[in-house]
Amino acid sequence: MHRTAAPAVAVADPPVAVRDLVKVYGDVRAVDGISFDLRAGEITALLGGNGAGKTTTISMLMGLVTPTAGSIRIFGTDLARNRHEALARMNFESPYVDIPMRLTVRQNLEIFGRLYGVRDLRRRIGEVASSLRIEQLLDRGYGKLSAGQKTRASLAKALLNGPDLLLLDEPTASLDPDTADWVRETLELYCRTHAATIILASHNMAEVERLAARVIMMESGRITADSTPAGLIAKFGRDNLEEVFLDIARSRTRTPVAADGQDQP
Amino acid sequence: MKETTISALPPVARHAQSGLAASLRRIGGMVRRHWYVIRSSGPRTLELVFWPLVSMLTWGFLQTHLAATTSLPAKAAGLLIGGVLLWDILVRSQLGFSIAFLEDVWSRNLGHLLMSPLRPIELVAALVVVSLIKLTVAMVPVIFIAHVMFGFNLLSLGLAFIVFFANLTIMSWALGLFSIGCVLRWGMGAESIAWLVVFLLLPISCVYYPVATLPPILQAVALCLPSTYVFEGLRALVLEQTFRGDLMLRAFALNGLWVAACYGLFTYLLAEARTKGSLVQMGE
Repeated sequence: MHRTAAPAVAVADPPVAVRDLVKVYGDVRAVDGISFDLRAGEITALLGGNGAGKTTTISMLMGLVTPTAGSIRIFGTDLARNRHEALARMNFESPYVDIPMRLTVRQNLEIFGRLYGVRDLRRRIGEVASSLRIEQLLDRGYGKLSAGQKTRASLAKALLNGPDLLLLDEPTASLDPDTADWVRETLELYCRTHAATIILASHNMAEVERLAARVIMMESGRITADSTPAGLIAKFGRDNLEEVFLDIARSRTRTPVAADGQDQP
Repeated sequence: MKETTISALPPVARHAQSGLAASLRRIGGMVRRHWYVIRSSGPRTLELVFWPLVSMLTWGFLQTHLAATTSLPAKAAGLLIGGVLLWDILVRSQLGFSIAFLEDVWSRNLGHLLMSPLRPIELVAALVVVSLIKLTVAMVPVIFIAHVMFGFNLLSLGLAFIVFFANLTIMSWALGLFSIGCVLRWGMGAESIAWLVVFLLLPISCVYYPVATLPPILQAVALCLPSTYVFEGLRALVLEQTFRGDLMLRAFALNGLWVAACYGLFTYLLAEARTKGSLVQMGE
């Protein structure tokens, strides 16, 4: 039987509260005054074409980039003032950021378990390995794994500390359909059983339609749409999210046919 | 509900994230990360010993040659081999510190570390411990071989050795902080600084000759380096059998300034890297 995590935050403090966030690089406003809240137990997709500002936004949420203006509060903690307190409740997974190749999967999990202060680490590694079906990979070098196996090992690292906020950058990129489907199932299950907040950056619109309860579309550093996938599809009068994405990315002037009241200009 | 072969993950318990115990746990995690790398590769371990051994053998045979063919007093020969052993302590410690950091850049793991609860001061503390481990692996066999082959036992210097060692390793950490700060800010284009910075100081650290040998302007620069006082101290000990405590105190005082300045620079460059976004490119 699954144990469900208790709600991690008070009602007054959303897991993520972003206000008037700006990032300027030289003459370029990579992120231009965006604001949003994220809810617990919900997967939100952050979408946009290249240069839309989503990577910069995620980097600011992770504390890797300092905002030029605005604020980020994670679980009620101001990220600018108390980054490390918030980071202990977060984690991150991306096929573009590796964990050390020379170490075995178990050694990597031991190290990250210590960094995140995981109690009873040996047992926890066993639980994560069992849940993600990587027991047989634990004592193999991370660098010797296939792409799909690496994804599972990286996901184990990302879930090791039971994050309340999980940031995912194209979690199924370059995976075969079976492994990609398995990753999506894992994320859905984790979000559901842990009331976790998940932010997903992906270019796979079918994946976004399946996983995300909410989509935030960005263009030129601004939020251009913020709704459910079904809401966006209906609003733009399209058949699927990919067509909506193309409308927004190519600044097509098709008139929305339905408004759900959440969109930002 | 759809059948799934994936089992739900139980909730996890976490230790407190603040306090000394939490810091030590994170530092221990990082030291363990590098220890696993050291012990997993015989060739890499041999590489740690290789250059100090080659250097010591070269200078040791030169010492033997000079003792046999010149009127230099035999005791002066200890200056060469003692100098090269102490210089290698500075070099190996700085490289051990900097390369441990670069390992995480090369393995594209830095992004994971910088968005974990690991504090910058804990990262530095771990690098200090790793540099000491690598230094021990590199220098213990070399010091032993120098004793067996050339009759020079660095450890026989006793307290003086401890003071020399402490000053050189502290200085190496200051140089390491400078190097990794540059890499954080300017990326892998600054990697060569980590490899070369210590060798820039070789001519003006006066390893094999007195500081008076240098032109006046370089003497002023040399006297800003803690290493200069260590090698002057070595010469006083070998040639005059005098332990120059005054020189060592100056070296410690300078090291205090160097470490404070370089840690300040490191934190400034880290903040700059977060502002300029260079950590994102480096982490991927």
